[in-house]
Parts: sequence; C-alpha cells; structure tokens
Amino acid sequence: MSALLEIENLRVTFPTARGPIDVVKGLSLTLGRERLGIVGESGSGKSMTGRSILRLIRAPGKVTADKLRFDGIDLLAQSERQMRSIRGARISMVMQDPKFSLNPVMTIGDQIAEALLTHQKLGRADIRGRTLAMLEAVRINDPERVLGLYPHEVSGGMGQRVMIAMMLIPEPDLLIADEPTSALDVSVQAQVLEIIDDLVKRKGMGLILISHDLDLVSAYCDRILVMRGGEVVEECVAGELRNAKHPYTRGLLASIPRLDEDREELPVLQRDEAST
Amino acid sequence: MSALKIENLDISYGDSKVTHGIGFDVAEGESFALVGESGSGKTTVLKAIAGMARSWTGSITAFGHARTPGIDRGFARQCQMVFQDPYGSLHPRKTVDATLSEPLAIHGVGDSGARVDEVMQSVGLDRRFRFRFPHQLSGGQRQRVAIARALILKPKLLLLDEPTSALDVSVQAEILNLLKRLRREQGLTYLMVTHNLPVVSFLCDRLAVMRHGRVVEVASVDQLKRGELQDPYSRELTRFSASHPKT
Ligand SMILES: Nc1ncnc2c1ncn2[C@@H]1O[C@H](COP(=O)(O)OP(=O)(O)O)[C@@H](O)[C@H]1O
Ligand SMILES: Nc1ncnc2c1ncn2[C@@H]1O[C@H](COP(=O)(O)OP(=O)(O)O)[C@@H](O)[C@H]1O
Ligand SMILES: [Mg+2]
Ligand SMILES: [Mg+2]
Repeated sequence: MSALLEIENLRVTFPTARGPIDVVKGLSLTLGRERLGIVGESGSGKSMTGRSILRLIRAPGKVTADKLRFDGIDLLAQSERQMRSIRGARISMVMQDPKFSLNPVMTIGDQIAEALLTHQKLGRADIRGRTLAMLEAVRINDPERVLGLYPHEVSGGMGQRVMIAMMLIPEPDLLIADEPTSALDVSVQAQVLEIIDDLVKRKGMGLILISHDLDLVSAYCDRILVMRGGEVVEECVAGELRNAKHPYTRGLLASIPRLDEDREELPVLQRDEAST
Repeated sequence: MSALKIENLDISYGDSKVTHGIGFDVAEGESFALVGESGSGKTTVLKAIAGMARSWTGSITAFGHARTPGIDRGFARQCQMVFQDPYGSLHPRKTVDATLSEPLAIHGVGDSGARVDEVMQSVGLDRRFRFRFPHQLSGGQRQRVAIARALILKPKLLLLDEPTSALDVSVQAEILNLLKRLRREQGLTYLMVTHNLPVVSFLCDRLAVMRHGRVVEVASVDQLKRGELQDPYSRELTRFSASHPKT
C-alpha cells in the first residue's frame, strides 16, 4: 500500500529580530491509513507541523521540505486554488481554537452545509438531514436549535463539536485534529473520539491527532511521535508509550496525576528559564 | 463554621434556569471539587458565588456571612476567582504590576509595591516579569499571574475554574504543586471546577458531581480513588478517567 502522506525534512522558519528561527526542524514522517498521535509541550511545533501539511502557514512564516506528498500529489507544487479544493474535501483540519476557525457571520447550519457541498451536490432536504444527523453524531442534543445559532452563541465545548462535525461531514481521506477535544469533558471527549475512530475504521481515513494529552493519544492512536523544540525526540507504538525511553517523554509521563494519586508533589521538568 | 455553604441555589440567565437546588458545604481549609459534564452549570455556580451571575435564589454563605446577588465588597475580599483561560482573563495592555496593583487600589489597600513583590514571590514569579505584558509570558506564567491577582487581597476562599485545563501536563504539574503549597502555607479553602478526576485526586478532599444543573453526588476523594462513587453518571466519569492507560 502506498503511503497516504509522506513528509521529508519539513522545516518551518520565522524571521525574528535575532535572525530566522526554525520552529519545525527537519521533520519526516510517513502516514498510512492509520492513526498517528503527535504529542509535546506547547511551543514544540505540533500545530505548525499540522498547518504546513495544508499549506496554512501565513507569511512571514516559510515552509520548505524535500518532500510533501499526499496521495501522490506534490502539495508544494499545488496552486492556491488547487489547495483550496484539497482542503476540506480531501484533507480536513480541526483547529485548536474553534472561536477563530468558525465564520462569525454565518449560522452553524449554513457553515456545515457549505462544508458538505464541497464534497457532493445535494438537494436542500438532503443537506438538512445530513447536517442534523452529523450534529447528533457529535452528541449535540438539540441540533434543530443549534443549526440557527451563530458561533458566538455557543459554548467552547459546543463550538468544538460543531467544528468536528464540519470537518467530518465531507468524509475526508485525512483528518488533522489539533487539540480537538480540549474543551470537552471526558465522557463527551470519548464519544467524539469514537466518531472519528469509526471513520478511520469504516472509510479508511488517516488521522493525525495532535494533543498535549499523552493518555488521550495513547488511547486513540496506533503510533506516537513525541516533539520537543521542533524536533521528533521519540517515536513509539501507542500502547508502548508507558515504556518510553527518552528522558523528556518520561518526564512528561511522570508529571501527570493519576486517579489513585498519592504523591505529595508532582515531579516537574527542569527548564532553561528559571520560572515558568 | 463552614467556609462556604450553598443551599437550594437556582441560578438563571434571562428566562432559563441553569441550576436546580444546588447545595453543598465546604469546611474551612478544605479543598472541594465540582466536576461534571460541560454545560452542567459548574462555572455558573462559581460566578454566582463571586457575584458575577446576579440572578439567583437560594442562599450563599461564606464564613457565616450571607451574600446578596448584588455587589458585595466585603465578600470580594474574602473570596476571589481564578478563571479557566489564562489568555483571556488577563488584560492584554496591562503589565503584571498593573494587574496586581489594581485590586489593591479598588479596595483602598496601601503599600501596594511591597504587596505586589510579596505575592509574586509566593506564586514563584521572578521579579523580572513585573513590568511585562501578558503576551510576553508563557501560559504557565500567565496562570501564575492570575493566581497572584486572586491572592493579592489575601482572601480566605479561592474559586478556581479549571485552573490547569489549558496547560501542558508539565506546566499543570507546576501549577498544581503551587496550589497545594499555597493552601498549606496560607490556610486557604478551595472550591475548584475541573473535568479532570486525577487532578481532584491530587488536590482535593471531597467532590460534588454535577449533571444538568443538579448535584447528583457528593463524595470523598478516598471514595473516588477506590472507585466507589455511587451515581451512574459519576461511575461513567470515573470509568472514562481510568480507561486511559496510566503509567
Ligand atoms: N509568527 C510567529 N513568529 C515567530 N514564531 C512563531 C510564530 N508563530 C509561532 N511561532 C513559534 O513557533 C513555535 C511552534 O508553535 P506551535 O506549532 O503553535 O506549537 P504547538 O502547537 O506545539 O504548541 C512556538 O515556539 C511559537 O512561539
Ligand atoms: N452568559 C450566559 N448566557 C446564557 N446562557 C449561559 C451563559 N453562560 C452559560 N450559559 C449556559 O448555562 C449552562 C451552564 O453553563 P456553565 O456554567 O458554563 O457550564 P459548565 O461550567 O459546567 O461547563 C449552559 O447551558 C450554558 O450554555
Ligand atoms: Mg498548538
Ligand atoms: Mg465551565
């Protein structure tokens, strides 16, 4: 089976007063129709990696790579117009903050319908039916009412579910989910991840799940990359995360409280800067 | 005397009632958690206690003093809130110094310079951050500023709304250790909203589980750790928290 996504030597660079800095430093990965988790602390380059794939890094940021291929398509060679037809329809991304990614002047119903129409032509009644079904699938109890609301009228958790509905409805080949459930509580989080999981299994969708929650990615992915300072420091099978070798990964794992916690103090990572 | 006593609390936004007959008691020096589904009304309960949700019936009593739904300055000095989002809750154009001095000015407390110094030290913020703006701080530093702002009036009760849910696990550990130390050193009482049960196990003594605007169960953290919560919804929450592989 040929890879769904191939990345070689990806570099994301920003100019700063002290000269250009690489926030992603030569990352390579190959993704099949599988679930890949990317974990690491904030600032480690997870979102920049996800956004690079969709060529969503804004100037003055610059992306270079020896290879960035999706399903045989050279993404770096696509025009902006070609990229627009790939985004949403074939590769979707659930962004970290739903407030900034939903269109503030369009109702939720219209936005989901628009996402659906990038994928196929449907009549009014069909669109409404599919949209309602998708909102129900992300566990929104009163979808009829929510269809008519604007993004500022819904809570963070609801906004996140709307985003997920919008990104899943075109049934993309690859879903990049950037901290998709951070505003949801554990039981809703599990339900939403199961919907995503179902699409992976049924439709063979590829998934890149970006999160700082190590437990979450090890529960929902097949393979995990641990990032730090723009680089992958460790790669492992998800079920083996607890046996991670790298001191950084081990430090992260140790700092997580457990349900049967009895430590008086949690171990913390040593940092360069004195106070964080 | 209880630090906080909530009885039969119904809170509304406009015509819609969000909580129904909420009641619980928090002892002085205790750390008490409110957990439950998003949208179940946890933040709303904290806001009513803090005086930011004004339309309610029932009673809210802190250290024997019953509050009214309006502005209550005496209450504010004893009871401060730390918000969920360390990015949104700090004013983007105010330095750390201005953020921390403001409550002192509002409440007419003198000696502001020394108080700011002292509180920054107690939350582990280096002096060099004093004249920085929020965008020049990391997420963890911002949350330390938000905690410092809540502590500067030397309250006895802190209302914490998901204080670590926006933070990395490593930074979360630092803030949780900080909260534990501050409680010990300053004899504080905590009422903390979270959806993370392991955080409750680390920091709290008891918890109330909320669902659809009601408290469905109050239990001790020992019961939580032993998997002995009774209500079906509480058990579901525990199951999801335990199902993530632990290390
Ligand atoms: N416009 C920018 N200019 C310079 N650095 C930036 C810019 N945007 C992001 N960065 C830096 O890129 C790094 C990686 O960011 P990001 O991928 O968002 O991290 P993560 O998603 O892992 O938290 C961070 O250190 C961030 O400060
Ligand atoms: N300012 C507001 N106006 C109207 N409804 C609100 C407002 N804030 C919250 N709500 C509603 O009140 C309910 C409880 O919300 P909240 O207390 O934020 O829940 P939680 O903190 O448990 O997630 C939700 O249904 C929410 O939509
Ligand atoms: Mg990110
Ligand atoms: Mg809340």
